[in-house]
Amino acid sequence: MVGIITYGVYIPRYRIKVEEIARVWGANAADITGGLGVFEKSVPDLDEDAATIAVEAARNALLRRYVDPKEIGAVYVGSESHPYAVKPTACTVGEAIGATPNMTAADYEFACKAGTAAIQTCMGLVKSKMVTYGLAIGFDVSQGAPSDALEYTAAAGGAAFLIGRDDPLATIHHTCSFTTDTPDFWRREGQEYPRHGGRFTGEPGYFKHVEGASRLLFEQTGKSPKDFTYAVFHQPNAKFPQKVAKTLGFTPEQIKPGLVVPRLGNTYSGASPIGLAATLDIAKPGDRIFVCSFGSGAGSDAFDIEVTDAILSDTFRRDAVPGVEQQLKNPIYLDYARYAKHKGKIVMQS
Amino acid sequence: MSVARFWRKIPQRYNLIGTRCETCGRHFFPPRTFCPDCRRNGKIVDHKFAGKGTVVTYTIIHTANEQFEALTPYVLAIIQLDEGPRMTSQIVCRPDEVKIGMRVKSVFRKIATDGRSGIIHYGTKFVPEE
Amino acid sequence: MRDVAIIGVGCTTFGEKWQSSFRHLFVEAGALALEDAQLSGEKIDAMYVGNMSAGRFIEQEHIGALIADYAGMATRHIPSTRVEAACASGGLAFRQAVIAVASGMEDIVVAAGVEKMTDVEPGASTDTLTGAADREWEGFVGATFPGLYAMIATDYMHRYPLTREQLAQVSVKNHYNGARNPIAQYQQEITIGTVLRSTMVAEPLRLFDCSPITDGAAAVIVAPLDRAREFTDTPIKVLASAQASDTIALHDRRDISTLDASVAAGKQAFKMAKLSHKDIDMVEVHDCFSIAEICAIEDLGFCKKGEAGKFTADGETALSGKIPVNTSGGLKACGHPVGATGIKQVCEIVQQLRNEAGKRQIDGAKIGMTHNVGGTGATVAVHILGRV
Repeated sequence: MVGIITYGVYIPRYRIKVEEIARVWGANAADITGGLGVFEKSVPDLDEDAATIAVEAARNALLRRYVDPKEIGAVYVGSESHPYAVKPTACTVGEAIGATPNMTAADYEFACKAGTAAIQTCMGLVKSKMVTYGLAIGFDVSQGAPSDALEYTAAAGGAAFLIGRDDPLATIHHTCSFTTDTPDFWRREGQEYPRHGGRFTGEPGYFKHVEGASRLLFEQTGKSPKDFTYAVFHQPNAKFPQKVAKTLGFTPEQIKPGLVVPRLGNTYSGASPIGLAATLDIAKPGDRIFVCSFGSGAGSDAFDIEVTDAILSDTFRRDAVPGVEQQLKNPIYLDYARYAKHKGKIVMQS
Repeated sequence: MSVARFWRKIPQRYNLIGTRCETCGRHFFPPRTFCPDCRRNGKIVDHKFAGKGTVVTYTIIHTANEQFEALTPYVLAIIQLDEGPRMTSQIVCRPDEVKIGMRVKSVFRKIATDGRSGIIHYGTKFVPEE
Repeated sequence: MRDVAIIGVGCTTFGEKWQSSFRHLFVEAGALALEDAQLSGEKIDAMYVGNMSAGRFIEQEHIGALIADYAGMATRHIPSTRVEAACASGGLAFRQAVIAVASGMEDIVVAAGVEKMTDVEPGASTDTLTGAADREWEGFVGATFPGLYAMIATDYMHRYPLTREQLAQVSVKNHYNGARNPIAQYQQEITIGTVLRSTMVAEPLRLFDCSPITDGAAAVIVAPLDRAREFTDTPIKVLASAQASDTIALHDRRDISTLDASVAAGKQAFKMAKLSHKDIDMVEVHDCFSIAEICAIEDLGFCKKGEAGKFTADGETALSGKIPVNTSGGLKACGHPVGATGIKQVCEIVQQLRNEAGKRQIDGAKIGMTHNVGGTGATVAVHILGRV
């Protein structure tokens, strides 16, 4: 059965609070935290980028469970902030985990769902026995234009999932997707920051596709929200996942472990992957986890995942590396000036 | 640094791949293909260092070379890897945190870039081991 | 092996010399040396020139030929060789000249050193100097040259009783001497406060612990001792010439606070000259950073390991002390045009032994020593010179 063999997360230690960003732009912090349900977001260190985050997440995954890296036959990594426009992050990750050279690889972009698209690809390669293991990573050092709404939530982080058939700690029973051509949020080549359609990103964007993929999965599997222990949704803020969970029939308790955006921000391609990782961090054998990502442009990938006994076995050491909760602890807070320096928002002498 | 010079050392920079002499047990980083002690009797094999070590000495760089200006002040240290060899590296920590004898472990970071359009040099730095 | 003597010396002023090009600097020093030796250029049989990095500072290689050409020697087709060992380039050039004469291969040989560092921006300059260290395993990861010596200082101060004030005293003393040296880059005296208030470069080293960026050139002329008096009434004999190497990277050294190459070269020099420390009247050591002088006087054996701080603070290395160190002002105050320093050190000792050192003269000076280091100690050259 195809499933998750091991997983790992990396969240940089730096944070900036919503109230600090609001201070600079003369906005009302309480309005923003009240409206978005986000209080602070993660910020990369000066020497971190999406690739270093992807590598650390992958290495964390491999520290929890022994896998011969030479058996990893595929590396697919999804991000909106690949360090190069041309030169794959997947190659750097593959090299850094010792999987090269006998592997296939490519970089994905599909806004915030590039990571779950990578999971689907790895599932296909594993299921068809084209590879033994496939590594899928969703990660970002998300950018938001100064003073734009996105600046309050655009965060940094990533989660890596090793997909295989041999004794997974969670079986992925089913996946399906709902994809349309919808211009809700985009970034043209050469542009520094993304743009978005404001309120258009809600109903025609996020809600249409998350509901579409979720209902498609219920239809295809015969399952409904009550069959699941937990649910993880893409989380650009805290309100959207709470609202869509309610609409679909999930309870607040079901989405609680996977709802990390209030303290982490929106890690874009890392968002639902990190939400899934946070849920796996506390899951028990038999728990059933529903996941639905969303990427602007637009599309959603839904998954029906069931945790196996292997999660508590000797072969998987969940505590070998810090989980999501532990990585959210002990943050280092930055003021806006240092945040801007970290995010490359200051115009330097070229 | 040219692309070829950087690329040639990627196994060392990303993964701390060195060598060890199976005959006498001595480890080498950067890798040596010839054991200076055993000489022709030395059997050299690849060795991936665990990335754990101890701080031998350090400084806080305030005036850096151009590529590293944005990072100042940063910690530069000589670290003794547990297997024996020493190496020079940055440590990602507050300047007041670093101490001689501190235990550190390796992490993957961006070392430098070749300007705005050149390649990115990734490599290994260290952080304090909790 | 023949005995070798120095028959003439010449040194430009050291400093930021905007009007002087690389070629101009060498020619000036060479001319001064020839005049000092009362020698005309046609008598020169060979030249050795120490230069660290003309390629990066002025985009020029092939320095041996360039120097011979601009010294007017090109049509005489004499051998002219560039010698490079980072900051020890000058010391090695001198040693090569001595070997050429001692072996009988050449008779009258120029040993020069020249560096033109200010034609590039400071950032490019400091990056070039990082080439004296291990580029792949030190420079690439963010080490600066001061940073490497700062790590020596951290190690030293962790293990031995050296205070920050004692370390600063090295620079204070060298500035005192430099103020009495007409060619020195810095002519002002400073205080410990000056050092301790200066900008932090790499902890614990501050700006005033560090030698500056300098343009300058120096030249000496060597000849067989038995011919020296054809040219000068004050020949200075080369009593010893020693050179040693060590690992290029600081992290590969046996002991971070000891430059084993200094120890080896120093011992070899004393052995060659059949002398001991009490015979030395003054020594020019390689104080690229204040900590380097602390290590040098211990490594050469003038005091015990761990005691150089107190030794300095007690004034033992001052002009009036037991063993005056860096009467020229050292690299700190006299300046450090990299390739020229080793030759300048020889010039200083020669002037001392000839009683021509003016306000910094050590009375009755008979025997002097020079100590020139490349990088963080990967190359060391030590010479002992004596009045005949």
